[in-house]
Amino acid sequence: MDLYKDKMSLTNLEKKINSELTTKINSSRINHEQLEICIEKESLLDVVIFLKKNESTKFRQLIDITAVDYIGSENRFKMIYLFLSHEYNFRTNLIFNINENEIVNSLTKIFPSANWMEREVFDMYGIKFNDHPDLRRILTDYGFSGHPLRKDFPITGHTEVRYSEEKKKVVYEPVKLEQNYRNFDYASPWEGTEYIKEVQKKND
Amino acid sequence: MTKEKKTLNLNFGPQHPAAHGVLRLILELDGEIVEKADPHIGLLHRGTEKLIENKTYSQAIPYFDRLDYVAPMNQEHAFALAIEKIMDVEVPIRGQYIRVIFCEIGRILSHILNITTQALDVGALTPSLWGFEEREKLMGFYERVSGSRLHANYFRPGGVHKDLPRGLDIDILEFCKTFPKIIDDLETLLTDNRIFKQRNVDIGIVTKEDALNYSFSGVMLRGSGIPWDLRKSQPYDCYEQIDFKIPIGKNGDCYDRYLCRIEEMRESVKIIEQCLKNLPKGPVKSMDNKLTPPPKKEIKQSMEALIHHFKLFTEGYRVKKDEIYTAVEAPKGEFGVYLISDGTNRPYKCKIRAPGFSHLQAMDYLIKGHMLADVPAVLGSLDIVFGEIDR
Repeated sequence: MDLYKDKMSLTNLEKKINSELTTKINSSRINHEQLEICIEKESLLDVVIFLKKNESTKFRQLIDITAVDYIGSENRFKMIYLFLSHEYNFRTNLIFNINENEIVNSLTKIFPSANWMEREVFDMYGIKFNDHPDLRRILTDYGFSGHPLRKDFPITGHTEVRYSEEKKKVVYEPVKLEQNYRNFDYASPWEGTEYIKEVQKKND
Repeated sequence: MTKEKKTLNLNFGPQHPAAHGVLRLILELDGEIVEKADPHIGLLHRGTEKLIENKTYSQAIPYFDRLDYVAPMNQEHAFALAIEKIMDVEVPIRGQYIRVIFCEIGRILSHILNITTQALDVGALTPSLWGFEEREKLMGFYERVSGSRLHANYFRPGGVHKDLPRGLDIDILEFCKTFPKIIDDLETLLTDNRIFKQRNVDIGIVTKEDALNYSFSGVMLRGSGIPWDLRKSQPYDCYEQIDFKIPIGKNGDCYDRYLCRIEEMRESVKIIEQCLKNLPKGPVKSMDNKLTPPPKKEIKQSMEALIHHFKLFTEGYRVKKDEIYTAVEAPKGEFGVYLISDGTNRPYKCKIRAPGFSHLQAMDYLIKGHMLADVPAVLGSLDIVFGEIDR
């Protein structure tokens, strides 16, 4: 427990992983005292099993899974897997890029906790997972459409809900902005703000 | 003729006092035995991560208060640390001490709420009445330092917003003297209580291996006997200079987790006392005015201060292009922020790692084979707050 992280052993770890997994690793670096490993999508399961089982790594805990949307770039999404090794007190991040319709292998067989994390990534980014036992939406509403954390999803959403007195139930309607949503661009003092309502009108 | 096995589906929540918020739990029951539990979450989803991507860094801090709203400042801490690490900012030592004091106050706030409401779920009313009186005092400290009892918005990248108001340190020290007595009182009500033990001992046992596999952290991990606390193993701010112990459990059941929380409160009191005794003098936030605003009284004399104010509260500060994961030991476990900055004044992505998310996920594993009446006991001992799970 009191094995404090020092830079030396982290570089050793990097060397060790690189020598064991040679071709499976595209590149690696140490950033903010954490090891960052770039791999290919196909070798995900092999690398994760190695990291978990190997005596000199022992990354026995999956901390989180997330994705990032780099809209407009060649490979749209970047997947990020965070691992923690209690024995050696290291953190490592696995990273790979995928395109919009690619399917990623699920980690649920190796780490049961990956279940909800992958459901969240699916819900927020629409990335699908192979062999996932139960790939449903998790955080958004029942019957929701769209993937909110994609950069092209509007911050206001598409539908709003209210209780309808006439129908005696909650109804879903398209978003109607009573007040203009003001997205101030302070970075450039010479250009005014872009009003969503006007942009919507222009598009109509 | 074989008897057909019939199971009953029971909808627990979303409006149930023992669900600790808006949890919809679909239970499959065979008689009184739970066969399967399927938690439906997201009823409190507010899109925090999406909102943060559309706000400047300083506008994002209040969202962290609204995650785990029983210990707001611990969350702000993770975000502040992430930005400090990217920008390589040194926090003045007094600022670090004040942050640690308020993080530990947050820990006590959270643990009081959890212990007493879990006791309430298994049938004890009095602890919550006694405990909430103390929470009230602690929230009073929050209010005096930040102006708000719950949503403090007090921590900043580079330190804290303001120095302690006069007399607050004495009052907190006074609280530290009286509070251990209250913990003793709570313990006389619960620790050896026959009913409390019957409801908690050997309920919801987590083995070491499973605690790791299910990504448990905080008390859920320590209750199972894994000595792991980020304050010790990956210390941040001034935790390295402070002497405290990490209580760990043995059996990994609800009762051990309760005992861990009780002991952690005692340790927190010790930490606060040490911090107050050694509280150094000096500034409470970084003097770099590109990150923290200069004192307000300077605005009327100094043009530079005025410009800094204007720039900081309109454009905000820019964070250089980088990626970082920082985690703090929040009362509920490892609370982490994965921040991706792209050099502008807004985060490109801010993934929030909430400890309760993984804990609630294991509900099915924890409750399988237990009785229906154990559901609130286990749920209570997971220490879930929907602000952070649903985000």
